[in-house]
Amino acid sequence: MSLDTKQTHVVHQWKHGKPVIACCFDPKGRYLFTSSEDYTLQRWKMDDGSKVAWPAHDSWVRDIAVLPDGETVITAGCDDQIIYWPVEGEKPEPRHTIKAHEGWVRALDVKNDGSLIASGGNDNLVKLWDPQGKLVRELKGHESNVYSVFFHPKEDLLLSGDLGGMVHQWEVKTGNLVRTFEAKDLHTYNGGQGVHYGGIRDMALSADGSILACVGLHKASNPLGAVNEPLIVQFNWSDGKELRKQPGEGVKGIGWKVEFLSDGVEICASGGSGGAYLLFFKPTEVKPFHQLKLPDTIRDMSLHPDGLQVATAHHDGHVRISRMEAKVADKPAEKK
Amino acid sequence: MKCQYSCQTGEHVLARRDFLGMLTGGFVVGGLGALATPAVSAVLQKEQKRVLVVYMAGGLSQLESWDPKPKTDTGGPFRAIQTATPGTHICELLPKTALHMDKLALVRSIDTKNGDHGKGSYQMTYGRNQMPGVEYPHIGAVSAKALERSDNPLPGHIRIPGGSRGSDAAYLGPKYASIGMNGKPPANSARAANLTEQNDALRNQFRQKVNDRFSLKRRTAETDVYTQSYEQAKQLMEKRDVFDVEKEPAAEHEKYGKHDFGKHCLMARRLLENGIPFVQISHSNYDTHNENFNFHLEQLGEFDQSFATLIGDLHERGLLKSTLVVVMSEFGRTPRINARFGRDHWGTAWSVCLGGAKIQPGAVIGKTNENGTKVIDREVDHGDLFHTYLSALDLDSRGSFDIGGRAQPMADPAAGPIDELIV
Repeated sequence: MSLDTKQTHVVHQWKHGKPVIACCFDPKGRYLFTSSEDYTLQRWKMDDGSKVAWPAHDSWVRDIAVLPDGETVITAGCDDQIIYWPVEGEKPEPRHTIKAHEGWVRALDVKNDGSLIASGGNDNLVKLWDPQGKLVRELKGHESNVYSVFFHPKEDLLLSGDLGGMVHQWEVKTGNLVRTFEAKDLHTYNGGQGVHYGGIRDMALSADGSILACVGLHKASNPLGAVNEPLIVQFNWSDGKELRKQPGEGVKGIGWKVEFLSDGVEICASGGSGGAYLLFFKPTEVKPFHQLKLPDTIRDMSLHPDGLQVATAHHDGHVRISRMEAKVADKPAEKK
Repeated sequence: MKCQYSCQTGEHVLARRDFLGMLTGGFVVGGLGALATPAVSAVLQKEQKRVLVVYMAGGLSQLESWDPKPKTDTGGPFRAIQTATPGTHICELLPKTALHMDKLALVRSIDTKNGDHGKGSYQMTYGRNQMPGVEYPHIGAVSAKALERSDNPLPGHIRIPGGSRGSDAAYLGPKYASIGMNGKPPANSARAANLTEQNDALRNQFRQKVNDRFSLKRRTAETDVYTQSYEQAKQLMEKRDVFDVEKEPAAEHEKYGKHDFGKHCLMARRLLENGIPFVQISHSNYDTHNENFNFHLEQLGEFDQSFATLIGDLHERGLLKSTLVVVMSEFGRTPRINARFGRDHWGTAWSVCLGGAKIQPGAVIGKTNENGTKVIDREVDHGDLFHTYLSALDLDSRGSFDIGGRAQPMADPAAGPIDELIV
């Protein structure tokens, strides 16, 4: 079997029972970690869908990352903390609990070699941590809340995106700000409602490193009423110039996540007033060539290390696993 | 710091004795009481009460403000923090306001049985349910009328932001209708540029002379009203700077925040200090059906700084003792968190914050259940709150206005004040 995005279908829908917020596969593909509005973390075993849940932060968990060795999972809380947990165990206990930011910790990412963890928060800061939870560096420069962080997979660079649509590129070794990508289309200020809205919800880099994709929303004519549409803004990595905009044609919602698949296709998870969609774009085209509607609404997405499966976190209390290939047999999605 | 209005100076004590003596002599009649003598009026003017309404447009979430339910199925991501009143917790989005909660009070048991913006706004600011063909005066008009000072030429009912005259005084008449302000003096209130100060004075002297001569033979109630209006307008022109918030030092602007709401709070302080009976400022917008938590984070961050600064200033300047402060919305927001991290309209179990005047500092009235889905103690509604506001101003909320010989109840006769909240 091979990647065939047009054949994407749900293979598992696992019920937690409370609205799910975030999800993340472990790099070895054994587990899926999720967080939910009941203040717990869940670890799902991919083999059989069995679940272990445990109380985590003093608040909601906004983001989850797992170190490359598959031994440690890290969670970002709205209680200003990041917590390092063992991946295994029936009742995992924190290895390190760190007061990481003043305000929510919104985003996490792990460097490919596992040597650094980046966090972004409501104090407009980006921080770098080592695997033992020690602060390595603090990066100042954002003028609004940091919504996403992303390590360059090959170079010693970190990207961080904020509510205002700014993406800062940092040199990890020195902490120097190298340049800024301005994805202004992903930010709205609505004067009538008095609110800033949008932000860089996620970033991804194409396999050849030539395209940076930033995802969020646009057409926010009524931010408080969820009237907006998902949008990917692509930049040319080499010169930093905007390449193209990829709107979710006719779909209402927020683009929560974006990933490049092994065949170069971009997948975007959109959720909001228009429901839940997986949108598939060819990287050089502006319209999605395929979209899959899922039940309820999506709030997060994670790509399995096999590159064939995606997990989505849903408000209806379910985690859904979709395979991006033809069905093995005509059997309905399993319910648990 | 000494109170500027209820100070214990010798002059005040003497005047108060005179005032009480006249009361026992029956110079003041019941209800709102017409002021019989200038001496009594002078004393009451020193006791001048004022009202500040902070209107959180769209519907502030009680769970993200005055009645947090952390770690419950409706709690959301924010935590509760201790306030200056031991045992009272509010949402962590209000850390600066928390420091002033020993001066403020909460009503956590409001059930207005309504989830409509327009109806909710009417309920909360008029104290009654809106009914076709029936008009009642806004709390601002009621306050302007009941707390009116004959020696103050400034309008009694100010709405910020805004730029027009409201039609919200009903039978009290347009004199008590709201005037919208935006931090600048009223339009056309400056002396015309081509008119010198000297010529303006001469012009007024001539007008006065002719007016006096006319009054000697043909004085009527109508001409008196006309003369009074003209004099008020003239005095308003002299006091036009009261409305110019830019006259405040830069440090004050910094303290309040340089955004619109900060400027409006600073202007509210300026107006209240100048004896305007009713000021309403609005903060927009809390109608967070989508991303409730992000938007409350943003909005309340702005609110907290400015509001806490204003409460601190009113307290330090002695004004809080005579100024009723109410933070209200048209309703609260649903305990249930929707699919878009939003909360929807909810009038079933929500809260207001209030303080100053005769409100008992630090009080918490009523209670909701564990996850905030219903009131379980001391249910009140908008009518009860309206009575409570009037009671906090030392007014008899069951009294009436005499409108052309007809008694018009100040508040809904079917409701009543929260007596235990009044000191």
